[in-house]
Amino acid sequence: MAAKTLTIDGKEVSAQEGATILDAASDAGIKIPTLCHLEGVYDIGSCRLCLVEVTGVAKLLPSCTTHVSEGMDVHTDSERLRKYRRMTLELLFAERNHVCSVCVSNNNCELQALAWQHGMDHVRYDYCFPKWGMDATHPLFGMDHNRCILCTRCVRVCWHIEGAGTKNVAGRGAKSTIIDDLHQPWGESDTCTSCGKCVIACPTGALFSRGSTVGEMVRDRSTLEFIVNAREKKQWIV
Amino acid sequence: MDRLKLATVWLGGCSGCHMSFLDLDEFLIDLAGKVDVVYSPVIDVKEYPDGVDVCLVEGAVCNRDNLEQLHKVRRRTRVLISFGDCAVTGNVSAIRNQLGPGNSENVLQCAYIDNAQNGPRLPRAEGIVPELLERVRPLHEIVHVDAYLPGCPPSSERIRALLERVLAGLPLKLEGEQLKFG
Repeated sequence: MAAKTLTIDGKEVSAQEGATILDAASDAGIKIPTLCHLEGVYDIGSCRLCLVEVTGVAKLLPSCTTHVSEGMDVHTDSERLRKYRRMTLELLFAERNHVCSVCVSNNNCELQALAWQHGMDHVRYDYCFPKWGMDATHPLFGMDHNRCILCTRCVRVCWHIEGAGTKNVAGRGAKSTIIDDLHQPWGESDTCTSCGKCVIACPTGALFSRGSTVGEMVRDRSTLEFIVNAREKKQWIV
Repeated sequence: MDRLKLATVWLGGCSGCHMSFLDLDEFLIDLAGKVDVVYSPVIDVKEYPDGVDVCLVEGAVCNRDNLEQLHKVRRRTRVLISFGDCAVTGNVSAIRNQLGPGNSENVLQCAYIDNAQNGPRLPRAEGIVPELLERVRPLHEIVHVDAYLPGCPPSSERIRALLERVLAGLPLKLEGEQLKFG
């Protein structure tokens, strides 16, 4: 495969053809904020946090799903991008009931961390306060829809790493929701292998191990990294 | 120069933010040397005075009392600071909003009737028990807020960081992890 040369934030970078802007930036030590992206599963570009500016392109492009091209001039940090990233975060907080103080993932949450990293001192939009329930029917895990941002990391690890296909998305727009099998209680799922990869993948407090209380839900992603590494590089490094 | 007039107000919150304020320990002595605390739940003043320079407002706006108090504070204060997650986001105080319109009746029913062990009845003393608002709201949805001090509760270090900026006349903006909710 041919290498492509491009510029990211004024820095000359080369990347393999087919690599994403996010890959190229990451290899060059340039950090772009992400939320729906999870190392090891394919990207869908849904959260819009990794949007970047590309010279000559009027609209902003998600760096996780945009491939590099020769001579591309990419900017990952600007007033405009910071404005949109903060707006996106505020909308995520306003859409469901993210009450950090009483969350299992308090202090271990990617959404919470991104908020302060982007200077979000308050949410300018009216909170929606939707009524969402919790599924506590599974013997090991629970799902709190109030804290779900619909990044679909759980769906992608369930289908493409575990291969169980239990998790899915039902509904449309703000009414979309993560479901199990044919929208039945998680504990009654025929396909769930109770592997827990969805719980490890979740960026917020939406998926959790039962029995964890406020601030106790710490996720160890090394299991996912181990499997992905074994699959992609055929290396079984513990 | 006149000493800075500082006030603190407690609306719909658990008073945890005020507890954290008291955790400022010896900095409170420094603070007392530099400002006049003109109104606060921890001092004996009944009426919120005019001409307050800076006010920390804890809690969300949950009832009619909170609403009137907040408007009064805004009219009489130069710099109003949203103090803690309830003031900034609604936080735990606003969880009842998830029950939809009419939730004020539901929560009273649940607290005073359904789970009452002795003499279940709704508290309805006219002019004493303030009426709950249909929806709990953060301060900035109602009045202009000049600065935000998030946290549940904000740590005393965080409160101190902002108060030091107040004393130094710097822009009232916290940065980095000082902005973390929860």
